[in-house]
Amino acid sequence: MEKKVFARTKGLTETPMRYCPGCGHGVIHRLVGETLEELDIRERTIGIAPVGCSVFADEYFNCDMIQPAHGRGPAVATGMKRVRPDCIIFSYQGDGDLASIGMAETIHSAARGENITIIFVNNAIYGMTGGQMAPTTLPGMRSTTSPFGRDPKVAGNPIRVCELLSSLKGPVYLERVAVNTPGNVVKAKKAIKKAFQVQVDGLGFSLVEIISQCPTDWAMTPLQSIGRVKDEMIPYYPLGVFKSLEEKK
Amino acid sequence: MGEKKLMKGNEALAEGAVRAGCRFFSGYPITPQNEVPEYMSWRMPEVGGTFIQAESEVAAINMLYGASACGTRVMTSSSGPGISLKQEGISYTASAQLPIFYANVVRGGPGLGNIAPSQGDYFQATRGGGHGDYRVFVMAPNSVSEMGNFPRICYEVAEKYRMVTMILADGLLGQMMEPIEFDFEPIDPSKLPPKDYALGIQEGRSRRVVRSYDLKPGFMEKHTWKLMEIYNQVEEKETRYETIMAEDADLLVVAYGTCSRISRAALALGRKENLKIGLLRPITVWPFPSKILHDLASRIKKILVVEMSTGQMIEDVKLAIEGSAQVFFHGRPSGGIPTEFEVLDVIKKIYGK
Repeated sequence: MEKKVFARTKGLTETPMRYCPGCGHGVIHRLVGETLEELDIRERTIGIAPVGCSVFADEYFNCDMIQPAHGRGPAVATGMKRVRPDCIIFSYQGDGDLASIGMAETIHSAARGENITIIFVNNAIYGMTGGQMAPTTLPGMRSTTSPFGRDPKVAGNPIRVCELLSSLKGPVYLERVAVNTPGNVVKAKKAIKKAFQVQVDGLGFSLVEIISQCPTDWAMTPLQSIGRVKDEMIPYYPLGVFKSLEEKK
Repeated sequence: MGEKKLMKGNEALAEGAVRAGCRFFSGYPITPQNEVPEYMSWRMPEVGGTFIQAESEVAAINMLYGASACGTRVMTSSSGPGISLKQEGISYTASAQLPIFYANVVRGGPGLGNIAPSQGDYFQATRGGGHGDYRVFVMAPNSVSEMGNFPRICYEVAEKYRMVTMILADGLLGQMMEPIEFDFEPIDPSKLPPKDYALGIQEGRSRRVVRSYDLKPGFMEKHTWKLMEIYNQVEEKETRYETIMAEDADLLVVAYGTCSRISRAALALGRKENLKIGLLRPITVWPFPSKILHDLASRIKKILVVEMSTGQMIEDVKLAIEGSAQVFFHGRPSGGIPTEFEVLDVIKKIYGK
């Protein structure tokens, strides 16, 4: 007797993904897709693809999608949510998109308390353009524009987005998770689902920061890259809930 | 329609957009257009629309990108320095074929420049403005009445052709008060036909995607040619202009916006002195009324271009007439405003040459 234990989620299209082996995007896409299906919001969700590797997200998420300029996802989300409050709006963004060029849009949409959800994938590198230094690149970490390792004296220190946003009154739910172990993937799913639920309940701004790995641009094997997440990324970017106002209610 | 009202140009612009069905406005403060967001901040909630004071012009235009993708009539306004920042979003919007409308109440530039009226943003407006191959439908009003009545035309063109449209005004048109009568009934946007590209609730339809890119080899070239075909149609069908006493003229003044008003006054003075002067006033500066100008230049051999700039529209004039007439220029950039007497003096100098 066969028993189905795993199936494709309706939250994703059947288009094959172009992501590199070991990349975190595929897992994170799946978690978001499952959430859309489980909360039964897929047909009223509009997703925003960023500029970066996951610009192709507009082909992968099985819901209405829009692809705006680099970093402007939260502004586009604001425009959409204000005219379609009955829709669920999420912005999927990388670290260069969200924490560098789009930092103003990130902070101000959070400060306004827009009822939107941001899925923030932090892999500490610009992937699509070939591995340049990101605002989240760790001190000492090599990239194609920090070939001797990021030197905080000239390039500053990496930005901790959840900590930064938690000083604002606007956000309702902020959590940092990772996808380097099965246990962490389960926790990441829980956080993503909660972030969407916060929006469904009309509570306000939610953001999940997901520490991810980029074996290709980190010049590592997938296994090595998972090791780096545990040994270098998580110590600098501690996992956990940074804000959860809905629990106080 | 209705009664005549005394309104400031910027307020007429805002009210005209609301009457034309605009239900989403986001902007950022900059002189001399501040009355537009100020007006919208109370008027939008009154009609059930959205007003957002954005954190920057960059955010403002991208909020439009989102709201427009959901099928709403949207507007933003700014002045030169802010419009420069909006060019990123305008280019994306042009590529994604979203029908947005915006206004540039032009001030003196370059740089922070000053807050006086200017026509120095003509190149920026008529050449697309941002990166890539695209055009923007640009209307140039010369009165408060047109400031209020042109937004409706812009929305209609924007939605018919799915392109970016704008009003190119200046600080003088934005700040002055004149009587205005709206020449159209207020439009209820909920009664407009649904848009087949609008994002929202699927309700059985297949998913929709709004994007400004295509990385597959050859596809972006095809897309850009498709846009160009649309622009060619707009050029053919939506060019607007006005001629005054051009029939018997020996000298033709070409001027738009504020300069067309000043030139009209100079014309009246000159005609009293039996100078046969005519005026061609482009109402759309893109598409530029090249055909009529080309025709006029086959007979009129002297053309004077008057602009509040160092000479930008003059390039379109020269392109249109293809060397068939002599072209003279009088310009006052970065806050300079010519008087009708000044223009008449220039006319007299070249008239008998």
